[in-house]
Amino acid sequence: MDDERRRVLDLLCEDARYTAEDVARQLDLTPEDVEAHVEALENAGVVRGYTAVVDWAALDDGIVEAKVELNVELDRETGYEDISRRIAKFPEVTAFQLVSGDYDFALEVRADTMNAVSRFVSEEIAPIPEVTQTVTHYVMETYKDDGIEFDDGETDDRLSYSP
Amino acid sequence: MSRLSERAERTPPSGIRRFFEIAEEMDDVVSLGVGEPDFSAPWPARKAAIDALERGQTSYTSNRGRRDLREAIEAHVTRYGHEYDADEEILVTTGVSEAMDLAMRALVDPGDVVAVAEPAYISYGPDASFAGGEVLRVPTRAEDEFRLTYDALERAGAERADLLVLCYPNNPTGAVMDASGFAEVATFAREHDLFVLSDEVYAALTYEGEHDSIATQPGMRERTVVFNGFSKAYAMTGLRLGYAMGPPEVIDGMNRIHQYTMLSAPTTAQAAALEALHSCDDAVVDMREQYDRRRRFVLSRFREMGLECFEARGAFYVFPSVPGDDERFAEELLREAEVAVVPGRVFGDGGEGHVRVSYARSLPELREATNRIEDFLAEHR
Repeated sequence: MDDERRRVLDLLCEDARYTAEDVARQLDLTPEDVEAHVEALENAGVVRGYTAVVDWAALDDGIVEAKVELNVELDRETGYEDISRRIAKFPEVTAFQLVSGDYDFALEVRADTMNAVSRFVSEEIAPIPEVTQTVTHYVMETYKDDGIEFDDGETDDRLSYSP
Repeated sequence: MSRLSERAERTPPSGIRRFFEIAEEMDDVVSLGVGEPDFSAPWPARKAAIDALERGQTSYTSNRGRRDLREAIEAHVTRYGHEYDADEEILVTTGVSEAMDLAMRALVDPGDVVAVAEPAYISYGPDASFAGGEVLRVPTRAEDEFRLTYDALERAGAERADLLVLCYPNNPTGAVMDASGFAEVATFAREHDLFVLSDEVYAALTYEGEHDSIATQPGMRERTVVFNGFSKAYAMTGLRLGYAMGPPEVIDGMNRIHQYTMLSAPTTAQAAALEALHSCDDAVVDMREQYDRRRRFVLSRFREMGLECFEARGAFYVFPSVPGDDERFAEELLREAEVAVVPGRVFGDGGEGHVRVSYARSLPELREATNRIEDFLAEHR
C-alpha cells in the first residue's frame, strides 16, 4: 500500500471519528486527498466498517460477553468456509476467526444474560453437525479493547503551566 | 529588614505563577501551557529504574555519573556530529537546569556579561545573575523566524559579552537553526571571543530535517558547552537527568562545583537513562511522529483562524502572534475560553505580542482547545 494511504489508515484506526479535515491537517494533505484514500480503502475491502469501542460493564443493562473456543471435524464435502458461513450470520456472534493451536475457531458472543449466551451456544452452535466441542469463557472484566484502555482516563497530573 | 539575601530579594517570581493560580480555580481548563511531554517515559526505562531499586542500587555514583552511562552518551551524541570523551568531557547532572547553573558558576566572574538569545527558557538570566554576571538580552525576531543572526548579536551590542546562551530547537518559539545559520553566529563568537552555552535538550524533537549544533562549527568545539538530557526526548522530566559536554577544563570546573552542591545525579534516574539510550530509540521516533502530526494540526488551525504563525520545526511549541497585549490576551483566553497558553513576554525580549502554545497534548484536546480559541477570536474581533 502506498505510504500516504497507510498513514491515513493508521489515523482512522486511532480514531475513526477524525474528520477528513482532521486527518488532512495532521498529514499535510487536502481533505479531498483523504476522502479519496478512505474511499479506496473501503472499496478495496480493507476498511470494513466503523463502530464504537464500548465498555459494556459500564452499562447497567447487564450485557454479557463470552469467548467461545470451537472444534470442528471436516469431511470431504465440508470445509472451514462452509461452517464459517453458517456461524458468522448469527447476530450474537460479534467476532469470529479461524485460529491456530488447540482449537479451530475463536468466537466472541454477546447477549443480554449469561443464560442467553449459554442457550445460544448449546442450541445454535453445538448442534451444528461438524462441531465436536465448545468451550465457553465468560468475560469477567475488560481492561483494554481495540487499543483503548478502560481505566478512568485521568492520568495527566502535569502542572497546567510549566516553563 | 528582610532576612533574605539581596540575591533572593532581587529574584523575580516566575511570570507564569499568577496564571497558574487563576487556572487552579477553574474546572474545565485545556492547558496548552505545559512545558513537558504528555507521554510517560518508555517502559524499558521505567523498568530499569524499578530493577535498580529492587537490586538495592541506592548509593551515590561517581561525581561525573556512571561511567557506562557516560560511554553510552558518548556513543549516542555522535548522531549529531558530536565527539566527546566519556572520561573527561561529559558530566551527568540533575537535569539541564543544574548543568546550566554549574556552567555559569564555572565560567562567569562578577561583572562578566552573559548574552542570552531571547525569547528563551526562563532560567538562563537568573542563572547568570546568581553567578554575578550581567545579563545582556539579545532579542530575535519573528521575521527571522526567531533564529539568532549575526545582525541580532550586533544590534544588541553582544561584542562586549563574555558568554552567549542559546537554545535550538527553541523553547518557547519552536524555532530551529541549520548549519548556515550557526556559521554566522560562530563567526561572531570567534571574532569577539565569546564562549557559548548551547542548550540542545530538544535535539531529538526536530521535524523536517536533522538537528544541527553550533559546537560542530569550525573552531567552536573548544569554546562551547553543549547541554542535553532525557526530559524531553524520553519524556523523563520528573526523573531529573541531563548532561553537559565540553572542553575538559570546563567540565572539570563544573564538576568541582557539582561535587559540593549535588555530589551526583540521581542514581535511579541514571539507570533509567542508560536503558533509554540502549533500547528506546523506537519509542522516541514514535513520540516524534505523534508530535509532528499535532504540530501540523495546530499550525493548520491557526492559519485558518488568521493567526500569524511561522512554521515552527522543533520542540513541541508554536509561537503565534496575537492581537494586542500578549499577557492580556493569555489572561482573557484563560478566563473566558478556559484555554491556558503562556504569554510570550515571560520568555524575554522578542516574545511580546506572541503566546507559547504547547502541542504536548492529545489530538482531541488540541481540537477542543483550538476550537475554543477560534470562538474567542471571533467574539473579540
